[in-house]
Amino acid sequence: MILLEILPLAMLGALLGLDVVSFPQAMVSRPIVAATLAGAFIGNAPAGLLIGVVMEMIALDTLPFGASRYPEWGTAGVVGGALLAAEPAGMPGALPASLLAALLTARISGWSMVVLRRIIASRLERTRDRIEAGSRDALLSLHLSGMTMDLLRGALVTTIAMLIFSPLVAAMVAVWGVESAYSHAVIVVLAAIVAGGALWKVFHSVSHILWFFLAGLVLWGVFLAMT
Amino acid sequence: MKSAAAITLAPGFELPLRVKLAMLFRLLALQGSWNYETLLGTGIGFVMEPALRYLPGGIDGPAYRAALARESRYFNAHPYLAGIAVGALTRAELDGVDPTKIERFRTALAGPLGSVGDRLVWASWLPFCSLVALGVYGMGGSPLAVVGTFLLLYNAGHLLLRAWGLKTGLSRGLNVASALGNPVLRQGPQYIGSAAALLAGIALPLALQRIAGPGSAMAGGILAAALIGILLVARFRERAEGWRIALAVLAVFVLYSVLT
Repeated sequence: MILLEILPLAMLGALLGLDVVSFPQAMVSRPIVAATLAGAFIGNAPAGLLIGVVMEMIALDTLPFGASRYPEWGTAGVVGGALLAAEPAGMPGALPASLLAALLTARISGWSMVVLRRIIASRLERTRDRIEAGSRDALLSLHLSGMTMDLLRGALVTTIAMLIFSPLVAAMVAVWGVESAYSHAVIVVLAAIVAGGALWKVFHSVSHILWFFLAGLVLWGVFLAMT
Repeated sequence: MKSAAAITLAPGFELPLRVKLAMLFRLLALQGSWNYETLLGTGIGFVMEPALRYLPGGIDGPAYRAALARESRYFNAHPYLAGIAVGALTRAELDGVDPTKIERFRTALAGPLGSVGDRLVWASWLPFCSLVALGVYGMGGSPLAVVGTFLLLYNAGHLLLRAWGLKTGLSRGLNVASALGNPVLRQGPQYIGSAAALLAGIALPLALQRIAGPGSAMAGGILAAALIGILLVARFRERAEGWRIALAVLAVFVLYSVLT
């Protein structure tokens, strides 16, 4: 992908990166949405949805509690969705290679959020006297510049990730040596383990949780029998 | 002791609708300047700012400047429930409540708004909505159906919570603590958690089935490996971060697949 092709994705990454924390936290930055939108940008929404679903299961393990540090899934979803959607259908290595690139992007992008928060804190330090004096201009400037920097952060992360991973994923897919069925099986097992473990972590204190889960499995069985 | 605001603003002064709407819109950008020093603090000042203009003297008056400075200091809460604090603090500032009382109220409110919000939204509503979307995908839903279902469902709860919080805070002022006893906030996580567990039993297998493809020859092996993995992650949940394990295993698998 050349820089000009990446530009619309960078803009999407900027907007979805902004949604993670700054504005409006409507969860358009969840990977199931972000990857599908990126896939649609490339002209292959179903591929975006596929990797988005896998990433959504993995993202269940990193819910954004308070000031904790977590991976940033908005730009990662855009990168993962775009990478998979750009690969020809039926390539066995496309999903695992794109997913690896997306997870690495999520980690790097999470780190970029920490850097941004430190930059905002240092800007706050410089304007503290004016804000303590009740300066409207100082407060609005700090707030709006924080949001602008977050927007740029998302664009920058998406651009760099696409420039690095786009040729890298294509190269990996070209020399992939494992059958499609095995490749997908590894992804399914990983997604199941992370999602199952994450849901247990979140809901283990709910009364009769296992019974509810087992009842769900029974309903799944009934659904399978009926279709 | 009353501050200057009480002298000029009529008791129970109602903010115009456009100001309330401006505050609600700004609430969506509450965390625009989130940082490790003041956390949400500057965001609270940013959201309250349109209402504080109604203090005596307007934006050049000492009451406005003192209130804006006070409300921009350290604060922490769940962003969706911060509207309760924003509303209550706005009411208190407009009613001319003693600044030291406002400071104490801010400190007392931060903890509960954080923990209640985390339990209700991040640990209940968000995973529940994700599972619904995964279920729609598993049942063969199109990209539009999956994404549309998730966004509509999630944001119905999200926006209602923000709007309710601001309205409740503005109407109750410093007596807002009782609002935290609302059954949705107290019992919600329990009910949503039960529904999510039931849903997980249906949605996860359906979604995994669709990813694996029809009639996967390795269905038995996949199921066994997944169950063993889930049990291990659940057993060591305090120490094991599933997504990091996934990243490491995936990196090794990709390397193996490229080199063979």
